[in-house]
Amino acid sequence: MQTVATAQDTTALPGRHLTQRRFGDPAFKWFTTLMALSVFVLIVLIGYKLAQGSQLAMRKFGWHFLLSSEWDPVSEKFGALPFIFGTLISSLIALFIAVPLSIATAVFITELAPRWIRQPLTLFIELLAAVPSVILGLWGIFVMVPWLHEHLFRWLRGTFGYLPLFQGPDYGSCMLAGGIILAIMIVPIITSVSREILRSVPGLQREAAYALGATRWEVTRLAVLSYARKGMFGAVILGLGRALGETMAITMVIGNNPQIKTSLFAPAYTLASVVANEFNETTGSMYPSTLFEIGLVLLGVTVAVNALAQLLLKTFAGPGMKRQH
Amino acid sequence: MNAANHSLRKFENVLMQVITCACALLVITPLALIFYHLLKSGLSSVNWDFFTKLPKPVGETGGGMANAIVGTLVLLCIASLIGVPIGVFGGVYLSEYGSSKLNRWIRFAADVLNGVPSIIWGMVVFALVVVPMKGFSAWAGGIVLGMMMIPLVMRTAEEVLLLVPNGYREAAFALGISQWRTIVQIVMRTALKGIITGVLLALARVAGETAPLLFTAFGNQYWNRNLSDPISALPLQIFNYAISPYEDWHRQAWAGALVLLLLVTAINVSVRVLTRDRFGQNNR
Repeated sequence: MQTVATAQDTTALPGRHLTQRRFGDPAFKWFTTLMALSVFVLIVLIGYKLAQGSQLAMRKFGWHFLLSSEWDPVSEKFGALPFIFGTLISSLIALFIAVPLSIATAVFITELAPRWIRQPLTLFIELLAAVPSVILGLWGIFVMVPWLHEHLFRWLRGTFGYLPLFQGPDYGSCMLAGGIILAIMIVPIITSVSREILRSVPGLQREAAYALGATRWEVTRLAVLSYARKGMFGAVILGLGRALGETMAITMVIGNNPQIKTSLFAPAYTLASVVANEFNETTGSMYPSTLFEIGLVLLGVTVAVNALAQLLLKTFAGPGMKRQH
Repeated sequence: MNAANHSLRKFENVLMQVITCACALLVITPLALIFYHLLKSGLSSVNWDFFTKLPKPVGETGGGMANAIVGTLVLLCIASLIGVPIGVFGGVYLSEYGSSKLNRWIRFAADVLNGVPSIIWGMVVFALVVVPMKGFSAWAGGIVLGMMMIPLVMRTAEEVLLLVPNGYREAAFALGISQWRTIVQIVMRTALKGIITGVLLALARVAGETAPLLFTAFGNQYWNRNLSDPISALPLQIFNYAISPYEDWHRQAWAGALVLLLLVTAINVSVRVLTRDRFGQNNR
């Protein structure tokens, strides 16, 4: 927003204000400008520091680093593929679970629920978003994983055991447990962004459908959801960005084993987890450098995914959105 | 349209209401379960010792997390020194000055920064602060949390400053008050409650961060006497205790988690209840 008056006309004002205007105004403006530009400094700093740290590994391994699946710090063999695999698959599992649930919840809150239930439900979802990752991890280790091991995994093995996805030994901590904890973490963000999107759908859309005699659900499906599709996609991508970079909770339940297995019951490892677990235990100069390169890969992926989500949400936000940015 | 078709459509309508309602309940179930289990396993260990004693070495039962609680408060203070001024005045720039083109890029950058994984912030501050200072320190931990606060505070500060009616600014100009004083004494003061809300939410968010502290604050079993030494923090202590094999440490981890969760939830709930009357209308 621009201020309307610029107060150029200073001739009639007392001298004290004149000096304030001459020195105070430009100084304050420059000060706030610097503060605002700090976000660019931070972005450059993050990219530069990670690139600098990973120089050594990049020079030694090149692109091979991303394609090799061997991770043996003792004999200095480093390949990031198992971590990329673990990050991608666990995030995909999370999306698979979280997307239908979040969109249904957002639809329920904005379109179908009775009015009195909307506010408390929104508050609960915001509180779930505020639960620190480490607490979710603690709950995951001691409550969720044993329960999954006893009930869900046993049932999956019994029902879908013919699929290679659900075969092999099951220790509890595994790829699927990681995906489920990620799903719990990204449901609030996808839900609340979708809710914003649905609320910004013009009322006229709904009224037109109602006028044709549509039921509540038909209005939602025909007029609201089809209108909001692109924005919802943005919300999902934003959730993906969160899932890819999540660290503590998933480190505590995914099993932390750098391997590529078909079975979802096998322990896996993610880019963020390997940094969290091994960064403080590194020796020599090559080992930390590889972890910096893993950080760089993670940064590149999450920044690209987040930028895409922002673009999708911005283009949707055009005229319908209430905030005028 | 015949009657059978009509009742089918009505049935579909009710069915979808039931399904989406079930999804919504399923979504908030983990929240209820987390609260339930934290209270069940943690409440009995939240006692006087927990708040006043240092952790005991392995094998001895008892002890508390006094140093971790104080550590978290110290880290939040350092973080506020960095995150609040930069964030708030950056938000002032976005709302009061700034061309719409540059603003768009600054907002975009802030949103992208909000999406940078917390573990990466930790690595960057490790390279930036820990390596030159030759050791983990409370400073490094506070700096990383402060950096993470900047984009959060900036975005909310901008939003609440934009809610201040333009008439206030025009009235101040009409009285011949310079622009910077108008902003500081009238616009910012009017939006103060909203700015404080934004800062509190940002603090609640970084208070629970663990990953960026792993290689900056590092953790400490004793009191931190010097900000250039490693310092303990509640989330770090919870993590270290949770992955340890000792029963008594698990008990402490639950208690720590309960305290942290209550702290974070209290800030979130009170902020939302307090601001509802003010900004609730346009949020409906």
